[in-house]
Amino acid sequence: MFVLMSLEVMLNAAGLAFVVAGSRWHQADGQVMFLFILAMAAAEVAVGLALVLQIYHRFKSLDVDAPGEMKG
Amino acid sequence: MELAFYVAGAVAVLSTVLMLSRLNVVHALLYLILSLLGVAVVFYLLGAPFVAALEVIVYAGAIMVLFVFVVMMLNLGGHATRTERQWLTPGIWTGPIVLAGILIIEVVYLVRGAAASSSTGAIEPKQVGIALFGPYLIGVELASMLLLAGLVGAYHLGSHEATKPEIQHDADTHEGRADVSGDLVLAGTNQSARTT
Repeated sequence: MFVLMSLEVMLNAAGLAFVVAGSRWHQADGQVMFLFILAMAAAEVAVGLALVLQIYHRFKSLDVDAPGEMKG
Repeated sequence: MELAFYVAGAVAVLSTVLMLSRLNVVHALLYLILSLLGVAVVFYLLGAPFVAALEVIVYAGAIMVLFVFVVMMLNLGGHATRTERQWLTPGIWTGPIVLAGILIIEVVYLVRGAAASSSTGAIEPKQVGIALFGPYLIGVELASMLLLAGLVGAYHLGSHEATKPEIQHDADTHEGRADVSGDLVLAGTNQSARTT
């Protein structure tokens, strides 16, 4: 769960950098890139939360090391 | 204007640091929502009102609701209300309330002062739309395909709660899943469940 939330923070920081650069050079491209990052974050969060639910149903815990039995 | 920018940035950074240092998921979610709102105010001050509105609507409105929904879904039990009451003790929500109050005061100040000072250097939503559907049209198509893939993937992962014993004897109990042999992912899990 915290992995996904930290991922959100990182994507948000990347989008902030894009918007700041677009505002610096007065181009709309930075905001367009932020829109793409937004769409990507939405898709990624949907899949990630579905994975979290699956892991919780299988292992009864939210530990990231719980599904460590899958080797190779 | 400068002061407002620095205050909003400080609120965003502070709430992000507090989010990373929480041990409880719900407390961290409160601070994460606050961080996104602070970043939205920063976007508005940078001259990107469209992106600021999208940040509030999509990030703080949709994605965070997904997070809260999953957190509330994961501990359905008899002790759920007791733990929720423990999560929302007054010592917990004073921090986010104070930071959100700072942001609200700042937004009210900005909206009241926006009529007097015309926003200079702002990139209007019209320019963003023209750039989005002009040279970046292929990106829009790719984003739509990515969203479709995310939708199908989330549906596939979330539809069947595939625990191992259910998969092992689903050939004779569930007639609805009799065509498992055509599904590559389920066939792989079935084989791995058989070998283990």
